[in-house]
Amino acid sequence: MQKAALSKGFIYIILIVGSMLMLLPFVWMLSTSLKSSGEVMMMPPVWIPSDWRWDNYETAWGMAPFARYTVNSIIVTVLSTIGELLTTILAAYAFSRINFYGRDIVFAVLLGTMMVPGEVLIPNYVTLSELGWIDRYPALIVPWLASIFSIFLLRQFFLGIPRELSYAAKIDGCSNFRFLWTIMVPLAKPAIVTILLLKAIGSWNAFLWPLIVTQSKEMRTLPVGLTSFSTEAGTVYELLMAASTMIILPMIILYLILQKYIIEGVAKAGIKG
Amino acid sequence: MIEKPTIKGTLKALLYLAPALIVLGVFNIYPIIMSFLMSFYTDYDYFKNIVHEYGFDNFIYIYNDPEFRTSIKNTFIFVLGVVPASIILSLWIAILLNTKIKFRGIFRSIYFLPFVTSVVAVSIVWRWIYHTDYGIFNYFLGLIGIDPIRWLTDPNWAMPALIIMSIWKSLGYNIIIFLAGLQNINHQYYLAAQIDGASSWKRFLHITVPMLSPTTFFVSIIAVINSFKVFDEVYALFDGKPGPAYSAQTIVYYIYDKFYLEWQFGIASAAAYVLFIIIFIFTLIQLYIGKRRVTY
Repeated sequence: MQKAALSKGFIYIILIVGSMLMLLPFVWMLSTSLKSSGEVMMMPPVWIPSDWRWDNYETAWGMAPFARYTVNSIIVTVLSTIGELLTTILAAYAFSRINFYGRDIVFAVLLGTMMVPGEVLIPNYVTLSELGWIDRYPALIVPWLASIFSIFLLRQFFLGIPRELSYAAKIDGCSNFRFLWTIMVPLAKPAIVTILLLKAIGSWNAFLWPLIVTQSKEMRTLPVGLTSFSTEAGTVYELLMAASTMIILPMIILYLILQKYIIEGVAKAGIKG
Repeated sequence: MIEKPTIKGTLKALLYLAPALIVLGVFNIYPIIMSFLMSFYTDYDYFKNIVHEYGFDNFIYIYNDPEFRTSIKNTFIFVLGVVPASIILSLWIAILLNTKIKFRGIFRSIYFLPFVTSVVAVSIVWRWIYHTDYGIFNYFLGLIGIDPIRWLTDPNWAMPALIIMSIWKSLGYNIIIFLAGLQNINHQYYLAAQIDGASSWKRFLHITVPMLSPTTFFVSIIAVINSFKVFDEVYALFDGKPGPAYSAQTIVYYIYDKFYLEWQFGIASAAAYVLFIIIFIFTLIQLYIGKRRVTY
């Protein structure tokens, strides 16, 4: 009994030390973002600012067009998430419920392309410039409106919904399309919320693609804006940390609200993937 | 109850698939084929989109390019530095989190937090952590008597700095997947082993490790693929440069450089295909090992 208590204490110590290491960068970021420039460069480091400089946030916000970057990030995230959900739901339905010619081949080809490093697809740049979309919203959104991984994940989930349900609905005169939206989609809520969250997080944090397809300041998303701000702001760390906090916060809040789903969903997607 | 494919069914399926297939076709499958062709363009007029000549010049060029060799070397060092350490640490934490303890949910959320945050933003935070004179990393090292390390400006330390941060960032995702795998192991095995007097280390070695092998297999494939594609971390940590004296130049960074800064589409495509082939070979090796070692 005593031995068990001892090892339990050991587990707590490791987990607490581990979580402190995980949280430390966030604490350090937050603490620096509220310091005066004098306190930033102090050794030993000051953990709690003596006078909380909330105006750092205002200054950082005003030094670069962060309002514009935020609007761009919101537009891109919302539209590409909604779009991907629509294409995913329709495609997953076809792959799980309709038996058509070439289904297995099409599905295998799609799965095969998942291994190709997505962001290094250079010809997309050529395609987009031929369409005249460079430095415009469609370049940031349209290529990301469908995801093979999401289709695969939702198809697995749809396959688990008993077929008898759709036969019953058919007898009751319900069309396939209506059946999909009124019965299958609500039943697949855990998978759909997971896809939504992973997509929103991925889209909000995307960097290489927006960096390549945007040229003007007005079209930058938050991560791209932050890197250019960091070059311009140089070593003004309290402002850099304030800007970083502002970018990280929305997804942390979204995650804390919906964490129940995302952890389950990632785990499920992981096991089946 | 299996329905046979029909013409009518196929047309209907196409209707449902059209939106996804159009996007995937134009922005996924077409570019995969095109970049393959593009990697053989040796004389290309970008403005008129005319190819004058095909050949192996791009591949020969990158083969002889010392910068490309550096980026291959660095990428392998990165993968070797991040993947095993991240897997061992996250497995360990997942096992601890799988015991009956309080605040499990809170611990889990904390470890997962880096996963939801922007790589660019956290890299900029880490840049401050790594600051030679005022960073907390060197401050803590100083407490145990280690002299300040020039993490981001010394070419020898740039890669370790990148690796440490990337392990921190990757732990949460791996922990969650390991936790799911652990929860699928039947508790009866442990009880039986305990009655037989197996030590906790023996139980780990003879029950957890083999039962968890499919999960470990999955985690390692995803981790290897992702690590080979590292870019954002490098860009943000070294402020738009590939580390001091190219010490953190990775393959994707090289591709970005050739494509976006030098407009060498052919060379960038060739490098992208080399990356794809490396990832492909590694996945095949892992699949092969998986077939022999993974017990389901």
